[in-house]
Amino acid sequence: MGYPHASHQRETAVLSQYFGDAEARTLDGWKKRGGYKALEKALGMSPADIVTVVKDSGLRGRGGAGFPTGMKWSFMKPGDGKPHYLCCNADESEPGTFKDREIMRWTPHALVEGCAIGAYAIGAETAYIYIRGEFTEPLIWMERAVQEAYAAGILGANAMGTGKRIDVHVHKGAGAYICGEETALMNSLEGRRGNPRIKPPFPAVSGVFGQPTTINNVETLVAVCPILLKGADWYKSMCLSNPKSTGTKLFSVCGNVQKPGTYEVVMGFPFKDFLHDLCGGPVNGRKFKAVIPGGASVPIQTMEEAEATLMDYEGFVAQGSMLGSGGVIVIDDAQNMVRVIARLARFFAHESCAQCTQCREGTAWTTKILERIRDGQGTMEDLDTLMSIAHNMTGTTICVLSDSCATPVISGITKFRSEFEALIHGKRVHSVMAAVA
Amino acid sequence: MSTKNMGGLESPDMASHDSHGHDAPYSPVFVGETRRELDTLLGRYPTKMAALLPALWIVQRERGWVPEAGMAEVADVLELTPAYVKGVVTFYTMYHQHPVPKYFIQVCTTSPCGICGADDVVKSLLQQTRCGELGVPSPDNKYAVIEVECLGACGFPTPIMINEEFVESVTPDNVSTILSRLP
Repeated sequence: MGYPHASHQRETAVLSQYFGDAEARTLDGWKKRGGYKALEKALGMSPADIVTVVKDSGLRGRGGAGFPTGMKWSFMKPGDGKPHYLCCNADESEPGTFKDREIMRWTPHALVEGCAIGAYAIGAETAYIYIRGEFTEPLIWMERAVQEAYAAGILGANAMGTGKRIDVHVHKGAGAYICGEETALMNSLEGRRGNPRIKPPFPAVSGVFGQPTTINNVETLVAVCPILLKGADWYKSMCLSNPKSTGTKLFSVCGNVQKPGTYEVVMGFPFKDFLHDLCGGPVNGRKFKAVIPGGASVPIQTMEEAEATLMDYEGFVAQGSMLGSGGVIVIDDAQNMVRVIARLARFFAHESCAQCTQCREGTAWTTKILERIRDGQGTMEDLDTLMSIAHNMTGTTICVLSDSCATPVISGITKFRSEFEALIHGKRVHSVMAAVA
Repeated sequence: MSTKNMGGLESPDMASHDSHGHDAPYSPVFVGETRRELDTLLGRYPTKMAALLPALWIVQRERGWVPEAGMAEVADVLELTPAYVKGVVTFYTMYHQHPVPKYFIQVCTTSPCGICGADDVVKSLLQQTRCGELGVPSPDNKYAVIEVECLGACGFPTPIMINEEFVESVTPDNVSTILSRLP
């Protein structure tokens, strides 16, 4: 539902149907709403059968990369004699993204249940939910839900009376965007600086504590519960466009829009209707100018591109961007794109872990040059320099933070070049006037 | 973290404004009930080192910040070196390496909030707390205001954090009400 607004009739509320329903936060309330039925069913199945159902459903990772979840789980080999770990990535820090926050605030038991199912499916006895330190309220609800689940025997050495051990622990981050990168998350969980690791080895081979590990996003794990209860075919049937994108997706919408909030639609929903109908269109008679549809790391769309988009993994790519995390940032015609992009670059400069030269230097110089242009001190050569830096930052580092900073720069200069030029020429006009005076 | 020279966003250096905290004698945190709390945490991980972030959070909860003596104590109980612990502390933005005023206010100004007026919220807060500048404590040492990166509540601009409390939908107009509600 479009929390905090009433649900729109064109939404399909599967994961979000209890947002705003305070009773759903408690164990009793959650059970009344069908909670822990999926875990009960899962524990009666073999891990391999669970993986098969998830594979068949077509569920793909909801954190940003869109990797098929069932396939990721199948890389884990239960019974190899090693301890396995599940890490739930609840470090949600991608600007524009706040959907996992709502899941944890309103349906914390759904995540406990999803983690328990995921852990069992990959042969892990322990799952860690890594929540960013700033999420003080979600942390309270998640810790409370875990405690309730232990007290009720849902978690622990004899999970739901099946003799199987499933532990779920909440781990609080301490302020670092980069810890949402899966290998940085594992380092942070181990008590290290959150520097990303070189892959390979991949987490399924050597992850947290050097053991086979799967990292899944909050929304991905929560989606597994209804899939197990209602079946892969039901989930797969929720698809309006490309059959490779199935199910529902939460989109958190922010920026210059009438009704910011978290919406849930079936994959392939028309983005034009989404923005104008569900989200209420632009504010105060303004016009939409641009959209960053999948969190700050994805290419900026023009309105022409956005309004031609069908909202799924392939649909966003076909219109010059990516689905990413589903964090939709809407920008109207009152905003200056250079200012918006310069501020994003500053974000990435601040959050770079500084391991890789291209990122450490690239994010800092990109920010300096963009702010120079923003302040009317730029030159036309600066645009070439920015593009050159951006290309050198792409595909050359341990993780993709560097690429993420380059992305809005490249798409911004390419699609909104006139706004950069206006600021650059504005400065020249101004200085010529000053010289004449 | 990496860009201390970029101004505005880094944690403030309160050292020069602090009249006591730094020199106060340090008494160990991990005794009695708090030691048992740490032991419970240690049971959740296969290594002692993994309890480092949680242990540092406990120090900050008990002392209001993470002094070097606190890092040394954590190093001792987790069998790490103080230098290693400091290396980790300095990576993360939420551990205070200096004492902070009673109300430490963090304002999100990343682009999604920026385009919804976050800069005006910052101005209003600086004015009404009488801090005047980012990272500088108010004359009564009651408040400090800093800008931070995305707080993950972009649909409720502008979110701010006052210590551990998250406040959504802050505007220049409701700043005074929010401040007046503080105990």
